[in-house]
Amino acid sequence: MTELSKTGAALGEPAPGNAPDAFLAVRDLKVHFPTDDGLVKSVDGLSFQVEKGKTLCIVGESGSGKSVTSLAIMGLHRLGAQGKHVQMSGEIWLDGKELVSADPDEVRRLRGREMAMIFQDPLSAMHPYYTIGNQIVEAYRVHNDVSKKVARKRAIEMLDRVGIPEPNKRVDGYPHEFSGGMRQRAMIAMALVNNPELLIADEPTTALDVTVQAQILDLIRDLQKEFGSAVVLITHDLGVVAEIADDVLVMYGGRCVERGSVDDVFERPQHPYTWGLLGSMPRIDRETSERLIPVKGQPPSLINVPSGCAFHPRCPYADIPKGDVTRTVRPELQQVGGGHFSACHLSPEDRTRIWTEEIAPKL
Amino acid sequence: MSETKKTDADVTAAPDEREILLKVEGLQKHFPIRKGVLQRQVGAVKAVDGIDFEVRKGETLGVVGESGCGKSTMGRVITRLQEPTGGSIHFEGQDITRLNAAGMRPLRRDIQMIFQDPYGSLNPRHTIGGIVSAPFRLQDVEPEGGVKKEVQRLLELVGLSPEHFNRYPHEFSGGQRQRIGIARALALKPKLVVADEPVSALDVSIQAQVVNLMDDLQEELGLTYVIIAHDLSVVRHVSDRIAVMYLGKIVELADRTALYEAPMHPYTKALMSAVPVPDPKRRGAKSERILLRGDVPSPISPPSGCRFHTRCWKATEICRTTEPQLIELRPGQRVACHHPENFEDQAPQDTVLLSVAKEAASLVAEEVLAESAATSAAVAAEVEGSQEAEPSETSAEKPAAEATADAEATSAKTGPGARTAPATGVQEAKDDGQESTDE
Amino acid sequence: MISYILRRTFAAVILLLVVTAVTFAIFFLLPRMAGQTADQLAQQYIGKSPTKADIAAVKQNLGLDEPLYAQYWHFIKGIVAGATYDLGPTTAHCDAPCFGYSFKNHVAVWPQLTSRLPVTISLAAGAAVMWLVSGVVIGVISALKPRSFFDRAFMGVALAGVSLPMFFTGNLALLLFTYQWPIFGRTYVPFTENPAQWANTLFPAWCSLALLYSAIYARLTRSGMLETMNEDFIRTARAKGLRERRVVARHGLRAALTPIITVFGMDLGLLLGGAVITETVFSLPGIGQYAVQGITDNDLPPILGVTLLAAFFVVIANLLVDLLYAAADPRVRLS
Repeated sequence: MTELSKTGAALGEPAPGNAPDAFLAVRDLKVHFPTDDGLVKSVDGLSFQVEKGKTLCIVGESGSGKSVTSLAIMGLHRLGAQGKHVQMSGEIWLDGKELVSADPDEVRRLRGREMAMIFQDPLSAMHPYYTIGNQIVEAYRVHNDVSKKVARKRAIEMLDRVGIPEPNKRVDGYPHEFSGGMRQRAMIAMALVNNPELLIADEPTTALDVTVQAQILDLIRDLQKEFGSAVVLITHDLGVVAEIADDVLVMYGGRCVERGSVDDVFERPQHPYTWGLLGSMPRIDRETSERLIPVKGQPPSLINVPSGCAFHPRCPYADIPKGDVTRTVRPELQQVGGGHFSACHLSPEDRTRIWTEEIAPKL
Repeated sequence: MSETKKTDADVTAAPDEREILLKVEGLQKHFPIRKGVLQRQVGAVKAVDGIDFEVRKGETLGVVGESGCGKSTMGRVITRLQEPTGGSIHFEGQDITRLNAAGMRPLRRDIQMIFQDPYGSLNPRHTIGGIVSAPFRLQDVEPEGGVKKEVQRLLELVGLSPEHFNRYPHEFSGGQRQRIGIARALALKPKLVVADEPVSALDVSIQAQVVNLMDDLQEELGLTYVIIAHDLSVVRHVSDRIAVMYLGKIVELADRTALYEAPMHPYTKALMSAVPVPDPKRRGAKSERILLRGDVPSPISPPSGCRFHTRCWKATEICRTTEPQLIELRPGQRVACHHPENFEDQAPQDTVLLSVAKEAASLVAEEVLAESAATSAAVAAEVEGSQEAEPSETSAEKPAAEATADAEATSAKTGPGARTAPATGVQEAKDDGQESTDE
Repeated sequence: MISYILRRTFAAVILLLVVTAVTFAIFFLLPRMAGQTADQLAQQYIGKSPTKADIAAVKQNLGLDEPLYAQYWHFIKGIVAGATYDLGPTTAHCDAPCFGYSFKNHVAVWPQLTSRLPVTISLAAGAAVMWLVSGVVIGVISALKPRSFFDRAFMGVALAGVSLPMFFTGNLALLLFTYQWPIFGRTYVPFTENPAQWANTLFPAWCSLALLYSAIYARLTRSGMLETMNEDFIRTARAKGLRERRVVARHGLRAALTPIITVFGMDLGLLLGGAVITETVFSLPGIGQYAVQGITDNDLPPILGVTLLAAFFVVIANLLVDLLYAAADPRVRLS
C-alpha cells in the first residue's frame, strides 16, 4: 500500500474515466447549487468506495454534505425545485456503470432496482394516502412486469421478512396506522423489494427511540448478511457508526476529512474534527465527571467555506503547523496507514502525540 | 451537575439531606377522548398516570423514557403549563397544584422552562433584546442597572456577545438560539429550570457546548434542573438522579451511578443496553444487548398490573395482575418491579413465566439472562445470608446461571426462586435439574 | 362514521334554524323597529288602493298582528308541515316546504325556487367544470416549471382574472360574443329541451365565471403542488424509480388536490345559493335573479326563501366536503 499515490484524487484506484474494481466508487464528486446568496458547495471533491457486503458510514453534522452525497448517488439531487440548476461533476461508478454522465432515464431504471434508499423519517417519507402494501407493490412493479396479485404476495413476503407481525393484515394498513419502528421496517421492506445491491440509508434511526433503533440496526445488519448488498449509512451518531460500520468517512464542510476502517477511526483518529466529535459525545458506558470537550464555534457556511483547511477556525491545533498553511492551503487527503486517510496539516508525529497524550485519556 | 454533586457531597450534607424544592405526589394528566353523538368521554390518554418524586435544591433530576412515555407532559404539568388531572405539586412547601394564573404569577419567576425546538420557541419578529427582556416586562421587574444592561450581562453569561441585543433570531444558528432560550429562562434568577430535550435538536459538537454551559450556570447560580431527554448518554452526563418513565409511570428512580451501574428495572436495563456505544470493540459484545419485543402499548388502555409485563422477559402471573409499587429497595434506588434485576426477587413465590415473557426472553442474549439470574440470586443470598446463614443457596445458583436458550431462560429465571416455590415452579425446577446434569 | 353524520346533520339543522331566525329578524323585526306597522306590511301584500277591511283580513290571515315569535313559529311550521291560508272566499293550501307567498305578485315562493334552481345549477356546474379543469391544469404546469415563462405568464393572467370584477368581464363577453358577433344565444333554454342551445346560451356566462374562479384555483393548485413536490414522499417515489409523470400524477397531484376539494365544495355551495351578479348580467332566470327581484321589491318571503336555500347549500356542501376529505385522506378520522 505504501507505493500508492498519496493525493486525494486517486486513492489506489484505476485512473479517472476507467471502471474501478470496487462495487460502488465515487471519485472527486462535486455537487454545487447556485442560489441568490451564492454558490452552495454542498459536496466539494469527495471520493470513496464500498464493496459488496460492506457498510460505509458517512458521519458529519448538519450541512456537512452527507445527505446531498447520498442523493447524488441516487440521481435524486437534480429532481425537485431546488435541483434544477445543480452543477455536478466527478464520477459515480456503480457495478461498472458510470452514473454522473449517464442518461437520466437509465439512472431512473437503476433506482429502486440496483440501488435503493431508506430515509430518516418514515412517516413523511411514505405517501399518507396509499396503503403500505400499495406502495411496496408499486415499487416492485416498476421494475418487474408482474400482476398486482403477484406483487402483493411479494409485498407480504417482504413485510414478513422485516419482522412485521401479521403481514397479511398490515399490508392493507396506512403508514399513520403503524408505529415509528414498524414504519421504518415497512420502508426497509419497500427498499429491499427488488433485492438492490446497494442500500443507502440516510439517518435511518434518528427519528426512532433507542430500543427501536437497536431493532432496526439489527435488521439492517441481518438483511445485509442475507442479501450481500453494499450499504452506505449516513448518520451523525458515532454510536451507530461503531455499531454497524466497516468503514467510516467523516465529512466536514462538503469534504472528507478522514476516512478509514472503523477501528482506525475510533482507535487512531487522525483529524482534530474527529477528535472533537468523539470528545463532544457523552457516553453511556462511562461515568464522566469531566466536562465534555466541545468543538468551539459554529459549523461553516457552505457558501463561504473558510480558506485553507475548512476546520481551521474551530481547530484548537491550527497554530501548530508553521506559517499560514492552515489558513491558506487546503489539505488533501493523505494516507496515514493502510486504508486510513486524513486531510490535516498537522505532522503525523504531532497528531499521534496529541491523540495519545491529550485526547484519548479524556474520552 | 456532576461538579455540584461532588462538592456538595464532600463539603456539606449528602444530597438526600438537601432541602426539597419540588415535591410531586400521585401526579396525573389524562387527556379525555370523546366519542359518539353526544361526545361523551369514552376513555383517556393516560399520559402521566400517578407519579411521585421530589427534586432537591441544587440537584439535577434527569427524566428519560421513550417517546409517548409522558415525560414531556410531566414537564409541562409540573411547570403548570398544563393542568394536572390528579395528584399534587408542592414547590418550596407551597401547594401549587390548583393555583390559578394570578396565583402562579409570582412563581413563574422561580420556575422556568427551556424548550426543545430552538427554532419554534423564539418569536421571529422580536429582537434578541426584546426576547430576553420579556420576563422583566411581564413580571414588572426593574433589574439593577436597567433592563438593557442586565440583558447584555445575560447574553454574555450564556456565551453570546452583548452586541447581539438588536439582532433577530433568524440570524443565529441552532446552538446560539438555544443559548438565547437559556438566557431568557435565567433572566429572573429562577430556582427551578425544567428543560425539555434542551439539546436533542442540536448537532453533536454544539450539544456539548450547551451541556457544558448548563453545567457552568448551575454551579454559578445554584440552579436546580429537571432535564427531560430521550438520550440516555446525555442524561447520564448531566444528572445526579434519574427517573425512568414507561407509559406514564416512573419505573425506576435512582442515583446516577446506581442506575447505570446496576439498574434494577428490566426496562431500564433494556433501555440502556440499546444505546449504541461509540466503541467498535464492543460490537462483538452484542450479547449485552436486550432487544425488546414489539412496541410500547397504547397509553389509552395500558396493560394491567406492571405496564411493562407485555414486553418483559421476566414477567410472571403477578406482573399481570398486581401493579408493583415504586419502593426503595436500596438506599437512593426506588424501583417498581416484582422481579428486579441486580436484587432479591420481590415475588419469589411466583415463578412461572408468562408465555409472552418466554417469547421476549428469546430475544435476550443468554449471557444477559444468566448474569441477571446470578446477580439477583447473589443479592438474594446476601440478604438472606445476613438474616440466617444458608450457604447452600449460593452454590445452587451456578447451574442456573449457565443455562442456555429459550426454555432454559425460563429455568435461569426460576432457578433461584424455584427452591422456595413449592407448587408452581416444579416443572421448571425439573428442567433446571436436567440442564445442570447435562453439563 | 354514522354517528358523525348524525351529529353533523343535527348541527346543520340547528345552524339552519339560526340562519332563518336571523334572516327573519332582519326582515321582519327591522321594518318594525324602523316604524312600519302591521298595517303597512299587510298593505304591501295587497297592492294598490286597498280597503281597510282587506288590510285587516290579510293582516289576520298572515298573522302579521301576532307577536314576532309566533310569526316565526308559523313560518317554521309552514316549511316543515305546510300551511293553509284563509283568503276570504277560498283557502289556499301551500304544501310542505311552504315559504309563503310573495307579497308582490302572490306567487308561492317554493315553486319559484324549484323552477329557477335548474338554471342556477346549470350555471354553477358548467362553470365549475371549466374552472376546475383549467385552474388545476394551469396550476400544475406552473408548479412543475416554476419561474418559467409559462408560469409567469399564466400567473399574470390569473392575477388579472382575480382582479377583474364580474360585471366587467361578464358585460364585455356579452357585448362581444352575444351582440357584436352573435355567436351565442340570448335567452336561457332548459337542458331538457335542447342541450345544444342550453350550452350555447350559457357559455359566455360560464367563461366569465370560470375566468374569475380558475384564476384562484390555478394559484391554489400551484402553491399546493409546489409544496407537495418538495415532500419527502415524493422523493421516496422517485427513489423507487418511478417515471416523473407517474410521480406527479399519482403521488403529487393526489396530495395537492385534496385541500382544493374543500375550497371547491364551498365555492360550489355558495354559487348554488345564487350567482347574483352573473345571473343579473346575463339575464338568467335563476335563484340569484329572484333574490335581486325580492330585494328591489322589498318582498320579504322570496328573500327569506333564497337565504334559507343558500344556507342549506352551503351547509350541505360543507358536510359533503368533510366526508369527501375523509374518503380522500385516510388519516382523517370522522369523530
